[in-house]
Amino acid sequence: MATVSLEALRGPHGYLRAQTRWRRTEIAFWLATLLPFLLFPSYLQLASQIAITALFAVSLDLILGYAGIVSLGHAAFFGLGAYAAGLISKFGWGEPLSGLVLASTLAGVAGYGASVVVVRFRHLALIMITLGMGLLLHEAANSASWLTGGADGLQGVRIRPLLELFSFDLWGRAAYAYALLMLFLTFLVARRVINSPFGLSLRGIRENAVRMPALGAPSRAHVRKVYTIAAVMAGMAGALLAQTTSTVSLEVLSFQRSADVLVILILGGAGRLYGGILGAILYMVARDQFSGINPQYWYFWIGLLLIAVVLFLPNGILGGLGRAAAWWRRVSP
Amino acid sequence: MLGSFVGVLFDGFAYGMLLFLLSVGLSVTLGMMNFVNLAHCSFAMLGGYVTVTLMDRLGWPFFATLPVAFLAAAAASAALERALFRPLYRASDLDQCLLTIGIVFVSVAGAAYVYGTVQQPVQLPDYLRGAVTFGSLRFPVYRLFLIGAALVVTVVLVAALEHTRFGARVRAAVDNQRMARGLGIDVDGVFAVTFALGSGLAGLGGALAIEIVGLDPSFAFTYLIYVIIVVSVGGLASIGGSFVAATLLGISDMAGKYYVPQLGAFLIYLVMVGLLMWRPTGLFGRR
Amino acid sequence: MARAMTPEEVPVRTSMRTTRIALALAAALFGVAPAHAEPTVKIGLIMPYSGQFADPAAQMDNAIKLYMKQNGDTVAGKKIEVIRKDTGGVAPDVAKRLAQELIVRDKVDILAGFVLTPNALAAGDVSAEAKKLMVVMNAATAIITTKSPYMVRTSATVPQLTETFGTWARKSGIKQVYTMVSDYGPGHDAEQGFQRGFKDAGGEVVGSVRFPVANPDFSAFVQRAKDMNPEAIFIFVPGGVQPAAVGKALAERGIDAKKTKVLGMGELTEDEARKSMGDASLGIVTVYHYDHNHDSVLNRGFVKAFNEANAGRNPNIYSVGGYDGMRLIYDALKKTGGKTEGDALVAAAKGMKWESPRGPIGIDPETRDIVQTVYIRRVEKVGGQLLNVEFDRIENVKDPFKARTTR
Repeated sequence: MATVSLEALRGPHGYLRAQTRWRRTEIAFWLATLLPFLLFPSYLQLASQIAITALFAVSLDLILGYAGIVSLGHAAFFGLGAYAAGLISKFGWGEPLSGLVLASTLAGVAGYGASVVVVRFRHLALIMITLGMGLLLHEAANSASWLTGGADGLQGVRIRPLLELFSFDLWGRAAYAYALLMLFLTFLVARRVINSPFGLSLRGIRENAVRMPALGAPSRAHVRKVYTIAAVMAGMAGALLAQTTSTVSLEVLSFQRSADVLVILILGGAGRLYGGILGAILYMVARDQFSGINPQYWYFWIGLLLIAVVLFLPNGILGGLGRAAAWWRRVSP
Repeated sequence: MLGSFVGVLFDGFAYGMLLFLLSVGLSVTLGMMNFVNLAHCSFAMLGGYVTVTLMDRLGWPFFATLPVAFLAAAAASAALERALFRPLYRASDLDQCLLTIGIVFVSVAGAAYVYGTVQQPVQLPDYLRGAVTFGSLRFPVYRLFLIGAALVVTVVLVAALEHTRFGARVRAAVDNQRMARGLGIDVDGVFAVTFALGSGLAGLGGALAIEIVGLDPSFAFTYLIYVIIVVSVGGLASIGGSFVAATLLGISDMAGKYYVPQLGAFLIYLVMVGLLMWRPTGLFGRR
Repeated sequence: MARAMTPEEVPVRTSMRTTRIALALAAALFGVAPAHAEPTVKIGLIMPYSGQFADPAAQMDNAIKLYMKQNGDTVAGKKIEVIRKDTGGVAPDVAKRLAQELIVRDKVDILAGFVLTPNALAAGDVSAEAKKLMVVMNAATAIITTKSPYMVRTSATVPQLTETFGTWARKSGIKQVYTMVSDYGPGHDAEQGFQRGFKDAGGEVVGSVRFPVANPDFSAFVQRAKDMNPEAIFIFVPGGVQPAAVGKALAERGIDAKKTKVLGMGELTEDEARKSMGDASLGIVTVYHYDHNHDSVLNRGFVKAFNEANAGRNPNIYSVGGYDGMRLIYDALKKTGGKTEGDALVAAAKGMKWESPRGPIGIDPETRDIVQTVYIRRVEKVGGQLLNVEFDRIENVKDPFKARTTR
């Protein structure tokens, strides 16, 4: 990209400053996220779940797209957040915001613990160890049915209205507003993180994990840090789902959920921050529409969609669009 | 007590061989060719459906269906390799992952459309049912057969890949494509054949597994985790590694379920995580 | 995107679907409901049409279609319209969202379907909040119907079957039993129900084991049971892949249903499982509320019609749950004269009694749960075919869990 090399002339700080500047397309995108309130008032519950999935995908992007950690067990933190939020409300603390903070903190603590292990491995071993830890947690939640309700799901989740004003009703207005706000706030944090020197050295670790320590960057500490941040965000996504739907089941910890979010992120384009959000929108809207038309065989159409994206837009939708834009700049000077 | 111990060892070994037969094809496609082939179990499922169709609807004998299951899966994968996989050999792991997951989705929906969602009946001939009694021990015939089949597959595969000209070409093409091309090896052809071999083995494994694990359209998802576990614990590209890993996982899983049933669900994952922490590249992995 | 398209602006070439979306959009924006030619009653079916539980959903859906074909799609002057939604498996968050969307967007009057417990529990909240009738056609955990006062059930509850079975087993002369169940909610309920019924009648449970839900090979557990050498074994596994796997493991281990009595929930000897097991299934005794082999005029007609509509496949419990669920909806609508308010419909459903293909059934006016005959069957060879043959029955069984908690 031509712009980057120009910025690079002004040194790394100049580069980072340029990256943090808000582009017009970004502002337009975030304004557009408000449109469902006006245009699709009966789709807000779906919109809230898209926002939650987007948050989950952005969290995975931080570790996968920026630090090169492919995880097949990211639902562990999503599920921990969901169960924590559900249990807090079950035991009488139904206020959502404080519940959200508590639940994400708990997921973060677990994330830090896991990061100590995760940081020692790479490649296939890393994928399989995250997968194994996720599956173990899933089985543990099934076994601890006295706490989690087991396969029937956690019962007795009661969430107070947001700010004691807006209850999570059938229309999903409060749900979408809440989920969107949290997505936006965490997105700001994630954006800040990756456009900092810390974020830059993460990308260095992704590209060459052996070389970074040689340059004096404490790569393991960096990975632990970003893994913990990602776990907090995943936990927040899980807690949001639990709070906006008042349901928690084993499915929040399942391999399926880990795999889905990975598919969503790759579909949108990993390592691009907006990739997870676009992937979530496309995947979930497509799923909703396909399964509405064809409840039994919609997998077929989703499968074709994924295949088509790989063939025609490698590196996900944003990757493909990026190349298209670069080509456009070349042909129209 | 000793009797039950021998029984558990035998069952575990047989279960391990079942896992091995399902996953050995993946140590060829993922392991040797480095292609993230999450659609492996779709090919296994295809083999399973071929066997069921031939047996149940056309009345073929079980053994006659096995080569057809192998060939059908191999042929299907050869077509897909030509159309979809070949352009992606050099793409990122993530793109390969997305493509093959897409194929899994399509295959699951396709199977449900063609065969319905119903569980397929698998009826073996009488001589494969029942058990051989040896003192106070009973060895189910089908499990003995599975063990035999797994041993044959291992020997044939290792011999073919290590001691034949074709095997040498495959190893050369996988290790260094450009050099292999320079030596006049038809790399595209070798890759196509190798991929078909891996998927054919999946088809065979599927056909052999359905007697024990059953068959419905969710097969392509359900057993994906197990085959990846076996291949990663064994070490990529190592047929022997997969064999040993499958044996270890099978026996520890079975022993755990027998002696400590409370841990039954956890054990296979615990063993996997433990083994990978000890040897991150797998038991016999080279990279 | 500054302005929504009105129907007139929709380009001519757009498909029906786009037109519909645009219409819905316009409707949403201006609060105009598209005009209907005749009054309709909308039923939203929420089921796992795809994924691991797709087969129960398909069997249920086929019976729903059959009922509508046989009885027409007009009741009390109103046209019945069915909207189908897929949860893709266990997903209470999705089930709840779909229920919400069906009510606020599609304006359905009745929620129905529900194969899986967590999904039914989640949608129960919506039914209670929106005051809509909800018909649970399969999910069998006892507590489900307590979630909403507008909920009725046309399947069965786990304790209704297992507790009754435990009592029956002791009365039939069995003194000791070993139980084996899948390690998840319904399995635990089955274990508890059976053990309670059996122990209360004076029986002894000599041991129990729970196997993981995802369990491809049962030989270790079956071996354990065999080493205990109990008089009888009670087994619960979810339907689908596992019954045949358990049955085959029993046969391989040499557990002979003639010497060690094998008892189970009906899933164990479903059609596909018996076919896979072959003669190894002979003599297994199971408890269930329906089998296509049930002998009644009504059932023979139902099975025949179902066979014809579905390429020879037999109906099962999911089908009969769906069929009776539709019957309940139709009859309730007739009683209310087409009124669709939740209160009116649930009042009409309470105390309803009718003859189902499974025998006489009714809706308990207090708990809104099903009251029915529980059958004890044994696998026997009839004319060269392996069938579940009913040889004992317990009539008018209510859900024992709620009978205890409501008093």
